[in-house]
This record gives sequence, structure tokens and C-alpha cells, in this order.
Amino acid sequence: MSMKVLLLAEHDGNTLNPSTARALACANGLGGEVHVVVFAASAGDVANAAAQLEGVAKVLTVERTENGAPLAAVLAPQIAALADGYDAVLAPSTTFGKDVLPRAAALLGAPQVSDIMEVVDAGARTFRRPMYAGNAIVDVKVPEGVKIIGTVRTASFQGAADGTSAAPIEAVSVAAELPSHSEYVGLASQESERPDLQSAPRVVSGGRGVGSEENFKVIFSLADKLGAAVGASRAAVDAGYVPNDMQVGQTGKIIAPDLYLAIGISGAIQHVTGIKDAGIIVAINKDPEAPIFEIADYGLVGDLFKLLPELEEAIG
Amino acid sequence: MKILVTVKRVIDYNVRVQVRRDGSGVETDGVKMSVNPFDEIAVEEALRLREAGVASEVVVASIGSADCQQQLRTALAMGADRAILVRADDVDMQPLYAARTLLKLVEKEAPGLVITGKQAIDDDCNQTGQMLAALWGRPQATFASELKVDGDSATTVREVDAGLETIRVQLPAVITTDLRLNEPRFVKMPDIMKAKRKPLEEIALADLAVEAPPGLEALTYAPPPQRSRGEMLEDVPALVSALKSRGVL
Repeated sequence: MSMKVLLLAEHDGNTLNPSTARALACANGLGGEVHVVVFAASAGDVANAAAQLEGVAKVLTVERTENGAPLAAVLAPQIAALADGYDAVLAPSTTFGKDVLPRAAALLGAPQVSDIMEVVDAGARTFRRPMYAGNAIVDVKVPEGVKIIGTVRTASFQGAADGTSAAPIEAVSVAAELPSHSEYVGLASQESERPDLQSAPRVVSGGRGVGSEENFKVIFSLADKLGAAVGASRAAVDAGYVPNDMQVGQTGKIIAPDLYLAIGISGAIQHVTGIKDAGIIVAINKDPEAPIFEIADYGLVGDLFKLLPELEEAIG
Repeated sequence: MKILVTVKRVIDYNVRVQVRRDGSGVETDGVKMSVNPFDEIAVEEALRLREAGVASEVVVASIGSADCQQQLRTALAMGADRAILVRADDVDMQPLYAARTLLKLVEKEAPGLVITGKQAIDDDCNQTGQMLAALWGRPQATFASELKVDGDSATTVREVDAGLETIRVQLPAVITTDLRLNEPRFVKMPDIMKAKRKPLEEIALADLAVEAPPGLEALTYAPPPQRSRGEMLEDVPALVSALKSRGVL
């Protein structure tokens, strides 16, 4: 029997978030028929983008005014109602997926597998996930007769590419009573021309060693030269050098770029957890004993304010 | 208004967690245990709301063995008024089970707010608060970095991937804490003494008549694949040529 999988699309109302394609790669690993559901006030472009992705059998759109904002309390009952016809429900393990999916799982009376890194054996319903900030990896089995519900650790999967033909898009209505006790007020985001931190192939991150908000310009400058996204350690965010949405690590964003440059970052375990899947890690730090050097492919010991301009110059 | 705060006993965040050789779990023998750091932030936020006159009582609750009394005493020493321990010995208390159990406490205590850590640093599930809110049929505001209670609603700033999101929820509601919500206070010696005399009620899990949900079966544990130490380079030109040879520049 082939499995029917429902994948929750993440989007901002206009654009499909790249985490959806990565979660789709995991969904495809279940070996079944994957339907992507888009909850939105108006699903147009997002649904079209989802329909293009390789391995999507159908895109479902649930359009209503209340779905214009990503409120878990509003979306969860609709996901739970829609889940009836499916064996598995997946969402990316982003703040969106982490917020909404457990709420749906509870309504369905099913356990959730958080942060799936790998589908170990779809038939045996086994999945691999990290615990203890990535210090232990556990294989878990979803019991028979229970829906598979999981969030997908996006750094563990390459995003599914666009396919050769577009999947059909079907508007559906979901019978679910929506609460009025939650109200979306707004989002303060750092508008940036730079690449998205979670999907960029190159990332430059600064840590406490950068020293100040003002000094962070050396990080931005190098990133621009490389066409890279900019991240930061928790210490740099806590110190107020940069906003929270730039935090890389266990409690921030978990990323897997081809090239990661850690500048003035000591390498606390929770930061390392966020970058372990990166292709090549470069560390620049003035302290030769910094733990970041234990996991870096290439290390340079020295003053970042001297080395970074040199590096920019050398890149040309 | 009463605030219920959940407190989980976990391996201290400073401990380097080791997976047992036989893959049956992680080493807990002789390992320091503490209050889950996100829960500590939850306790602190509740105490601040009480100090600001918004809340009248802070009740802390934990689920587990008798050892969890230590973590509840820590929360009492921080300033919580009383504690409840749901005694669940040798129970695999996964998030949905915990949420169903907490719902029973919520029905009993009728809090205006439940504050939980956004995740426990042992299983890293990040589910229990959301699940409790669902079962309770009440709003949730997860990953809170700012919380303002105004009459019968709460405005919360949430740390989301795209930035800082603000939502307003009617009370009662479940709030889960992120790191930057506050900095928990240090516990002083006299407070620890005082906490010993504060009420700590024990309820047997069986007495709450919680329906045990299906759970995940943990098969094997393994240490993470290690990245090995790479090369230390002399200067910038050496780095540039290394990166070029690897095809990333």
C-alpha cells in the first residue's frame, strides 16, 4: 500500500519558502504520493511554485481570509481535519512548522517526530532525529496504526528541484471551526538585499569577537564580496550587535551552506550544532585554543580586523 | 490571576552529554541535573508578572520521579509560591502524554496563563506547550521574547525565522519562552532555606486518570558523526588557495 503524504507549505503570502522544497525531499523519501497544502488568503503564486516542484502529485489550496496570517491556533484545526485522508503529515522544522504542527498533532492524538534528519526505513516507519543539542542521534519508530507526523530538519535535505511538468492545483474547503482568540498584529523583519540565511550556499557569521554593532560592518562587507548571507553566534545576538533572526545555532537557525566562515566565534556546542552539515567550515579567531578550530576544515589564527580586509583583497 | 509554570528536570546544560556504548540512551549516572533553562526563563517571567501586580500566585509543576522535587525546590527558591509534582516513575513521558497530564492540572488550577519553556534541552522536541494549548482549546504564543499582559489579553513578541512577530491572544493562554525573554535571577542562600518550607504537593499520575497516548519507540542512540579537525593555515593567501582548490571560491 502506498502512503499518502500531506506536506504543509511555508510561505509569506507571496513566495514559497525554500524550506518547503527541502521538506519535500524528505516527504518524497517516504515513497508515497505527496500533496502540498497551501493555507493562504490567496494562494496563487505560492501554489504555482509548489506545483512546479519535483515529486509533488497535487497542490491543495485552502483559501480564506483567516489564513492570511500564520496563526497556529487557526491553521492547526484545518490541518487536523485535512489529515484524515493521509498517512503522514510533514512540515519544515522552521519556527512556522514548530509552532503549528504540534498543535495539529495533539488534535489528532498522535505523537510528533521533531527535526527528522533522515527517513531510515519508510516501511518500518523509522526516522532519525537529533537530541541533546545534536550530541545524540536517535532512531525512533512511529507505531503502526498511528499517523506519521513530523517536522523536517531542513539542513539535512537538499531542496527538491523543479520538475518537468506542473502538478494540478485543487482548491479545497475544510470544515473546521476556527477560533477568534488569537490575533496577528504584525512582523518586524530586517529587509535585506542579501541572500537568505537558511538557503544561501555561502554564509559569513560573526561572533562576540567582532566586538560591536559598528564593527559588524566588516562581516557584512566580506559577505557582500562573497555574495554570502550573514549570520551570527548567540553571543553576538545577545550582546545586541545584530538582530535575533541572524542567529545560527541550536536555538537559532540550523544551516548547511557549501561554505561557512566563522569569524570571531569561539565555537560553543550550541553554535556548532547549527553548522555541522556545512560543506567547508573556515574559522578565523585570535584565540588558537578556540573550540571552533576542532571542527573547522581550515583555521586562521589572528586579528579579524587585519585578516578580513586582506581576505577581501585576495578574493578580488 | 494565577500562573502555572512547567519545570522539567534535565541534564545540566554544561554537561557534555555522552551516548552509552550499547546505544541504549545517554549516560545519566552521576551526571548533574538542573531545571531546563527555558523553564527557568518561564519561572522568571511569571515572577516578574507577580511582582508587577499582574499575577497573584505562581504555581510550578513537574512530572516525573521524586528527584524532580529538587528542580521544583529551585523554582520555589527563585520565588514561586507553591509546587505540584505529578509522580510518574518509570513512565516514558513524551510531549503528548505530558500535555494531557498538564491539562488535568490546568483544569484543577484554572490558571490565567501557563508559561512553559519552548523546548526541553534533553529531547529538544519543542511540542508540549503547543500540544497543551491545543487540548485546552486556548491560544498559544510560542518563542516569546516579550510578553505584556493587559487585562484579559496578552501581547507577545515572538522570535520567528523572518524576524520579530507580534500576536495578541485572549487569556487564558499558553506562552512558551525563548532565550531573550529575560535573564533568570540568581537564587540566594536564604531563599533556598525558605523554599524548603513552601508547599510541594505530590499527585500520583494514576490519580489524574490521564489517557496514555501512543508514543514513539526509541530504537537506538548514537553519537553524532564527528567533523574532524582540519588544517591550520599560516596566512590569507594559503586560505584563498585552499578554498579555490576545494572549488568553493
